[in-house]
Amino acid sequence: MKRILEWQIATVKSIRQETPKTKTFTLSLPNWVRHKPGQHYDVRLTAPDSYQAQRSYSIASEPERSGEIDLTVERIEDGEVSSYVHEVLVVGDQIELRGPIGGYFVWEASMGGPILLVAGGSGVVPLMSMIRHRAAVGSTVPMQLLYSSRTPEDVIYSDELMRLQYSQNGLGIIITFTRQSPSGWNGYKRRIDVPMLREVAGPLGNIAQAYVCGPTLMVEAVANGLLQIGLGSNQIRTERFGPTGSIG
Amino acid sequence: METDRTDLNLSLMLDGNAVAGVLNEIFALEMTTSPVECANCGREGEMGTLLAFTQAPGVVLRCPACENIILRIVQAPEAFYLDLRGAAYLRLKSLSAG
Amino acid sequence: MVSNFISRGFTGKRRQPEAANRVPPGQYVTPDFPVLSAGPTPRTPLDQWTFAIEGLVREPVKWSWTEFLQLPAQSFVVDIHCVTKWSKLDTHWGGVSIDTLFEHIDLEPNAMYVTAFCDGGYTTNMPLVDIINGRSFIAYRYDGEPLPAEHGGPARLVVPHLYFWKSAKWIRGLRLTEKDKPGFWESLGYNNHGDPWKEERYW
Repeated sequence: MKRILEWQIATVKSIRQETPKTKTFTLSLPNWVRHKPGQHYDVRLTAPDSYQAQRSYSIASEPERSGEIDLTVERIEDGEVSSYVHEVLVVGDQIELRGPIGGYFVWEASMGGPILLVAGGSGVVPLMSMIRHRAAVGSTVPMQLLYSSRTPEDVIYSDELMRLQYSQNGLGIIITFTRQSPSGWNGYKRRIDVPMLREVAGPLGNIAQAYVCGPTLMVEAVANGLLQIGLGSNQIRTERFGPTGSIG
Repeated sequence: METDRTDLNLSLMLDGNAVAGVLNEIFALEMTTSPVECANCGREGEMGTLLAFTQAPGVVLRCPACENIILRIVQAPEAFYLDLRGAAYLRLKSLSAG
Repeated sequence: MVSNFISRGFTGKRRQPEAANRVPPGQYVTPDFPVLSAGPTPRTPLDQWTFAIEGLVREPVKWSWTEFLQLPAQSFVVDIHCVTKWSKLDTHWGGVSIDTLFEHIDLEPNAMYVTAFCDGGYTTNMPLVDIINGRSFIAYRYDGEPLPAEHGGPARLVVPHLYFWKSAKWIRGLRLTEKDKPGFWESLGYNNHGDPWKEERYW
């Protein structure tokens, strides 16, 4: 489909603090176009002297919610765009963006499964769009999310993920804590490794696609691990977030 | 599964997906699913799978198999400059294919 | 690609006004040292590393890492300016002046330009006059420590009076030529010379 992306001015409809370091911004878009779960928008800030900064942020919301999108942004120390968005932006403000962008790191229910999702930190954002879309269309495609988080308070969407796990058929949510786990935690307490991937992927059987998203180095390690448990490289899709929380 | 966690330079590396916006600007098409063949080693894959180096005066896309440069893009004020010599071919879906 | 829309309350990175006469047009000062890279970090083991001066010289010369460290070294404090608009003032380096290296060669009379070549295949070019007479050096220390790999270590070229893409990281040598040969970025839209004071960014 031939379409040139144009910048448009979105309005901040609501802001929600998800974790101490992340906020979700619900934005109304004048030229909303139905996105595919996994895609992102480019956000551009312009100062009065024309200085510009631009970052890409994954869409957290499902395409079934029309006219608006959710972007979940992690506050990066010294992050030029993330600190503006966290500290300055309020409801009613406007922000320039362009999208939706990306055709490679997407999943829609029509693509089938089983699907393995692996997230590191804020890498869960584009995968959440896939999970929310799956629930919105009532899909029963088998799907597992393995989510690596440093501490319990850093788990984004934690209540919603628990709710979805119990209300949706065929969806499994597995969390591993790498730095500090909740008291009484019986689950994983370490960085994602090959035995963990094997245990999580096992119940899915013949995995159609694995989507891995997070900091670049984590994605590299997990992608290698998935090859080691027998997935082919054309079954692994990655979205590297650089050393910090945004794409690029 | 060991990766050098101290390699700051490597940690800046992204996927071709990250430059989807600028590729769309140039080609007016969703490029990340376009197949491209590496002129150096012959690996074929979607542009979204290329290794992207975006923290530079320009964008460099490299083959994930041999790390050779497949595509370079410079965005100057009045023009884009593209060097596609690293691609044996780039397959763009025609409009009629939908 | 400038928009007419202004983001309320956005000013971008802090700019230091007192340094105004040290900052070329279109640049802002940063306290960080951004890492820019076109590829994976090269990792040549030091026992295989060499630095060469070749091309239009009477006799090419090559130093091993140990030999290079024995050359007379100096401290340099310079301002650097990247074409992506950040400038960093008073950066501290340690290394060998190009003039010191050139004491070991005899230039052919038709040597007019130099190409810096590096691990990973990066190249950049400039007229000979832009690197001699105190204008450039090979740095192997930054801020009192060995130059980190992500900033070009073990050794990089530093040419402070030109945009920083000319300060080639992971340098392995200089090639003297008669004709100017546009390097990696110079061949794809970036200015052949790159003087930040004249904003020579693009073609």
